[in-house]
Amino acid sequence: MADSQWLPIADIAAKVQSGELKAVDLVEQALKTISDKKEYDAIIATLDERARERAKAVDAEPKGRLAGVPFIAKDNFLVFGAETTAASNILKGFNAPYQATAIEKLEAEGAICVAKANLDAFAHGGSTENSDFFTTKNPHDTTRVPGGSSGGSAAAVVLDMAPFALGTDTGGSIRQPASFSGAVGYKPTYGLVSRSGVVAMASSTDVIGPLTRTVADAALVLDVMAGRDDMDGTTIERDVAGYIGLSGELKGKKIGVIKEYMGDGLDPGVKLVIEATAEKLKAAGAELVEVSLPSLPMALAVYYIICPAEVSSNLGRYDGQRFGYSKPDAKDLDDSYMGSRGIGFGKEAKRRIMIGTYVLSSGYYDAYYKKAQIVRTKLINEFNEAFQKVDFLLGPVAPTPAFKIGQNVNDPLQMYLSDVMTVAVNLTGIPAISVPAGTTDNLPVGLQLMAPQKADRALLELARQAEGVLA
Amino acid sequence: MSKLSRDDILKLARLARLDLSEAEIEEYGQELSAILQYVEQLQSVGVDGLQPTNQVTGLTNVMREDEVQDYGYDVTDLQKNVPAVQDAHIKVKRMLG
Repeated sequence: MADSQWLPIADIAAKVQSGELKAVDLVEQALKTISDKKEYDAIIATLDERARERAKAVDAEPKGRLAGVPFIAKDNFLVFGAETTAASNILKGFNAPYQATAIEKLEAEGAICVAKANLDAFAHGGSTENSDFFTTKNPHDTTRVPGGSSGGSAAAVVLDMAPFALGTDTGGSIRQPASFSGAVGYKPTYGLVSRSGVVAMASSTDVIGPLTRTVADAALVLDVMAGRDDMDGTTIERDVAGYIGLSGELKGKKIGVIKEYMGDGLDPGVKLVIEATAEKLKAAGAELVEVSLPSLPMALAVYYIICPAEVSSNLGRYDGQRFGYSKPDAKDLDDSYMGSRGIGFGKEAKRRIMIGTYVLSSGYYDAYYKKAQIVRTKLINEFNEAFQKVDFLLGPVAPTPAFKIGQNVNDPLQMYLSDVMTVAVNLTGIPAISVPAGTTDNLPVGLQLMAPQKADRALLELARQAEGVLA
Repeated sequence: MSKLSRDDILKLARLARLDLSEAEIEEYGQELSAILQYVEQLQSVGVDGLQPTNQVTGLTNVMREDEVQDYGYDVTDLQKNVPAVQDAHIKVKRMLG
């Protein structure tokens, strides 16, 4: 991505460590950009006071691999200094009593959170139109969505508000907005980054990752966040080689182009960009072959059973008693539950709770939820077989470029279809990345690259090479 | 079974503890039916001998010592997010008649 006011993240930190740059100035620079670009509605709240205090502390003792680097967190991360709302009315006014592990790790290396970014409420959506507050505008065309659910984070990075932002990806929520807005979006292997202190959506697929301008920046942020955490029992060990100092070349790499993603339903403009990208990778020495994963067309149906099931369970905690919105003058406990949830939750949250409740209910559990879990196994097996033949997989991130604001709001199923090329990665737990690959009608198009579980380092190395070829 | 009746919607809303407006009952009835119809394509997938996947880490029984750890939380701080508080307790409506 060209014309940024920010240096590469490692360079900013090095200059803050040497005293050449001051964290206080970097924080002001970020806050000013956020204020100057307010009309995009990427940000829910800024953390002015806490960010300035932390910047002073960093300047007094400038150390850490992210010393003085400002960043923006999606508003489903618990962060001190501002409310955590997950862009939902039911959590409005919630002040986190502790911080997310990811935030703690970034702060320990000197990074400074300056703002909380907009999202679809509870991360349910692909456009930020499900935010209970407002819709973020696409940086390239303000009549279009930035993608979602991490749409505020993606737009913020592209609008140059900070060197990086954090997102969450349950069914594509980092990669799809990265593709729509023109950022790098990294979805790690499931379990690689602790989710302690992040508002839960679908626990068997939720992951945390960075949105950045470059692959090297994403790798550095991942390197700081990755690894086991006692506060999240689903976390896995980090790669002993780490995720920075990326090397390697395209020559000899075997990349499978996913047949099912290149056919019907793919926007012709997006298809052209992806095909041209594949040709460039080939010219640079990579070996490209077509790969078929026959159950892939079923992935979206699997996801829209498993995800709402887990959502309905995770949103059970919003009961109006311990935190969040509580219906005033409820006549009894039941009225308090029903009213607080009925009024507090937005339309999409309620829709997913209803679907989830249905597929988990007695009499339908086997036909829907259990069947989806079994087809999930079939998908995993097909990905494993594909990775016996190739090192990586390649395809588009989404079937279209950014769509118009309002275009899909009255048709939830159509909205869900924008996740059709991202959900399989979440269901199988593998890592994937969206790298800006070109444009169609002046709108960004992302290239999606995938690798086997835990091959995050190899994937970042490949993405770094691809980025170089595409630049 | 993919067409949901008004009674189905009311039953689901009751199970999920959601007060719905008349407009929402109508709207969700149609939308949920369409979504369920879409996901029903899974019924045709052959899955002989395959087991369900619950999670993908391969981790089992991640244990830790059952010890109290002091995170330095202040009770009044934690209570700031609670809708109704009495002394050191969360106050709720009467549960038993």
